[in-house]
Amino acid sequence: MSDTTLVTLRDVRFAYGEREILQGVNLSVRRGQVVAIMGGSGCGKTTLLRLVGGQLRASSGSVSVGGRNLAHLSHAELYALRRRMGMLFQFGALFTDLSAFDNVAFPLREHTDLPSELVHDLVLMKLNAVGLRGAEHLKPAELSGGMARRVALARAVALDPMLIMYDEPFAGLDPISLGIIGQLIRRLNDALGASSIIVTHDVHESLDIVDYVYFVSNGRIVAEGTPDEIRVSTDPFVHQFVHAEADGPVPFHYPAPPFAERLFGQGVA
Amino acid sequence: MSGAVVLLRRVGSVVNAGVARLGFAARFFLLLLRYSGQSLLRVHLTMREIYFSGVLSLLIIIVSGLFVGMVLGLQGYETLQRFGSGDALGVLVALSLTRELGPVVAGLLFASRAGSAVTAEIGLMKTTEQLKAMDMMAVNPLARVVAPRFWGGVVSMPLLAAIFSAMGVFGGWLIGVVFIGVDEGAFWSQMQAAVDFREDIVNGVIKSFVFGVAVALIAVFEGYDCEPTAEGVSRAITRTVVSSALAILALDFVLTSFMFRGVS
Repeated sequence: MSDTTLVTLRDVRFAYGEREILQGVNLSVRRGQVVAIMGGSGCGKTTLLRLVGGQLRASSGSVSVGGRNLAHLSHAELYALRRRMGMLFQFGALFTDLSAFDNVAFPLREHTDLPSELVHDLVLMKLNAVGLRGAEHLKPAELSGGMARRVALARAVALDPMLIMYDEPFAGLDPISLGIIGQLIRRLNDALGASSIIVTHDVHESLDIVDYVYFVSNGRIVAEGTPDEIRVSTDPFVHQFVHAEADGPVPFHYPAPPFAERLFGQGVA
Repeated sequence: MSGAVVLLRRVGSVVNAGVARLGFAARFFLLLLRYSGQSLLRVHLTMREIYFSGVLSLLIIIVSGLFVGMVLGLQGYETLQRFGSGDALGVLVALSLTRELGPVVAGLLFASRAGSAVTAEIGLMKTTEQLKAMDMMAVNPLARVVAPRFWGGVVSMPLLAAIFSAMGVFGGWLIGVVFIGVDEGAFWSQMQAAVDFREDIVNGVIKSFVFGVAVALIAVFEGYDCEPTAEGVSRAITRTVVSSALAILALDFVLTSFMFRGVS
């Protein structure tokens, strides 16, 4: 693995019991890149993110972050590595009993012995970066969906991580919040010199901000490329996905016997 | 025949699942103890939970203790009077409370007031991915969330049981001495003479400590292990209250049979 690559997945397989989710995935994220993993709901995208975060272990194949194979790490080593990762959960996952300020301060207080004045300044800087310095005293219940996600983003980058992971960062947001989150992902990635992985099915918002895209379907990478390559791709799956067509390689109908047989055959009692 | 086989299989599967869950709970308990050191060093985390589990349960404990003591006063006097031993009311009230009613009733109240709240809080944190987020921040949820709540419960429970018993004795005195007119000197002196510190008070405290461990463990385990849905959290809360009540009553029988065997 070259020094420019931060995350590498080689022939990764993963199954929940009998149900195979990933069937031999190869993927890499270079330092400084923002990479999107796209695919329909339930195709294994979030599982991929959990494997990179070490929350799940691959059944076979290897997952490496920063040159270290996650399968060989002890619990303490994994935690040491996670201090250099940030993750934005789909709905923010803010601690509901803490204010926006205390949420962002949480990782700093847990992992550093910084004096409280310095923690205060750092938290305000992070909140300012996401435009919410004025909302420091609000509780998560008082924040809108978009604001909560921005606070969670500030928390995810509190320790200046080398890798930031986003699980469906655009889900359920209005167009303005969507644009803000998209721009923040790009800006924070570049400002921190980090790498980012975005798991999403929001094609147009992501193609504007990412450097590289992987398409996942049925547990495999079915297409990959830069946003420009993806936009002009003739691959039927990519075409269906990018142009939001109802039918195609991903069928509209759930597998079923022919309709006529169901209606006129044994169907009616 | 096949019906019997199906029934047998179902029983087997239920027993298997129960044993597996018990094993999982035991493993959870060991891990909890292992990570308790970190959280006990940060005293303010446990103090906060003592406030939520203990201080906020005070009202229900004080009021219930008072009423239980008053009922004991009424019922006890009525029965003792038949044998001409109305003066022994203090002994009856104090022994009933310190040996049994204090730890048991306070435990049941604690399980429904504080245990259910702990299960709901941890269960909702799990449902909203807060525990996962914490884990991804390299902060162990067992050490940061679960252990302080467990120790908060363990510390609170004996104190609440003691307050319950004290309020009960006060309630018994109120009814017996103030309203019925039992001799005050006899009420207190007989109580003082008959209640043994080692046999009655300490055993009662041991009981309440054991119930505290049981209720707190059940509450944090059910919350941590719940299915992360609204229905899952609701079922976990129900299980906490039901299992805690059964555990308290069963443990009470076991402890009583060891503690008070041969005590006259």
